[in-house]
Amino acid sequence: MAEFRMPSLGADMEAATLVEWLVKPGDEVKRGDIVAVVETDKGAIEVETFEGGVVEALLVPEGTKAPVDAVLATFRDTGAPAAGAASRAGRQQAPPEKPVAVPSRPVRRPAPAGPVGERGRVRVSPIARKLAEELGVDLTQVKGTGPGGAISRADIEKTAQAVRKAPAAAPAVPPAPDRSAAMRQAIATAMARSKREIPHYYLETPIDLKRALAWLEETNLSRPVTERLLYAVLLLKAVALAVREVPEMNGFWIDGAFQPGAAVHIGVAISLRQGGLVAPAIHDVAAKSLEALMQELRDLVARARSGRLRSSEVSDPTITVTNLGEQGVQTAFGIIYPPQVALVGFGKISERPWAVDGLLGVRPILTATLAADHRASDGHRGGLFLAAIDRLLQEPEKL
Amino acid sequence: MTDREIRDVVLGALGRIAPEADLDAIEPDVSFRDQLDIDSMDFLNFVADVCEQLKVEIPEADYRKLLSLSDCVAYLGAKLRNVRSIPEPR
Repeated sequence: MAEFRMPSLGADMEAATLVEWLVKPGDEVKRGDIVAVVETDKGAIEVETFEGGVVEALLVPEGTKAPVDAVLATFRDTGAPAAGAASRAGRQQAPPEKPVAVPSRPVRRPAPAGPVGERGRVRVSPIARKLAEELGVDLTQVKGTGPGGAISRADIEKTAQAVRKAPAAAPAVPPAPDRSAAMRQAIATAMARSKREIPHYYLETPIDLKRALAWLEETNLSRPVTERLLYAVLLLKAVALAVREVPEMNGFWIDGAFQPGAAVHIGVAISLRQGGLVAPAIHDVAAKSLEALMQELRDLVARARSGRLRSSEVSDPTITVTNLGEQGVQTAFGIIYPPQVALVGFGKISERPWAVDGLLGVRPILTATLAADHRASDGHRGGLFLAAIDRLLQEPEKL
Repeated sequence: MTDREIRDVVLGALGRIAPEADLDAIEPDVSFRDQLDIDSMDFLNFVADVCEQLKVEIPEADYRKLLSLSDCVAYLGAKLRNVRSIPEPR
């Protein structure tokens, strides 16, 4: 018998609303499967199960707000008989660990559209739900064209189009203010806590990216558009490999001690269109190829912006990277996301005069910064970390 | 394919990377990045989308010819008509 509990999806999360069950009693689930959609201040998160088994009972109806760690459902072992209504004498399995988690296996997504829900509710995918909210579309007015009348994103768009074309209709509805305000509040709480509790120190170093960019240009020549690499993945890989040399940058400060992360799960800061910020993890960056990282980054950005992140992505980052170069910012000094102990910032790449072999040249220079927790590391170690990132970026072919 | 049709494809692709944008208000001669909040990931997705729809391959070196709506229509028009040299944008 195992319990599926409300996960902690952020440093300051206390409770969240279970908005949709994606399994029903009798379904078999494996560790890593998405079983429910939970609404948090940071948006709708698809929650993966840590345990496997057969769904025994869904203890909490859709729409219920429950605190972190509350038991939401029970699973029985595959092959065990169904239990009666009475609970067993004692728990046979320990509750899932948190927050230093072993990375989940690749997630198996449920079938895209299932039958009509238990209480006759029409299924709406999280992405469609979010889009409906953003476009101000009333879900009850939408005709679903999926199996069992399930509502897809296309259905929402069609309804929104029809509403837009109606003459003298109400003016365009801006993104739901409640969602933005709640996210703003969540960010405010986390960042205020970070500055209150974490003694930050900051280091900055310029990095010559000429070799990296030249290598990138060359490799992209032979790649079709969908396989081209952005320099961002070189940065992510370099950060992950640099952790091997300075492991005290990767992990958590909990209960007065540093707990190193088992692997490097980089939280990638992604700005949401029209405001808001999330930093979900790409898991195990050090072990992945640049191609794999590029595909995962693309997918992650798309899902972050359409509100389809998974619980493991939200709870697992061991270090965060923020890349603010696109907006023309030279240097990014970040705020560490607790309980992590470091944040690496990258600004824009700009051509600068540079000394090369005693002569004056021009090089594409990127300013990298490190914000680190002085309880977990000292400036010397932080300096070594940035130096390692620099060194790794001078040999892009080895990333 | 007419310029009008190319324009519609480009605007459609833009709408998918920047859903909040008012596509009717896009200034054709001003760069996308100056009018919309798009980054290199968005731009890559935009290029991939256009390539897929128009069945063309666009090398990375030509990205700078796609900075505005007018530039896109000129570049893609020439590409579809198989013109050898594509004029530099103004």
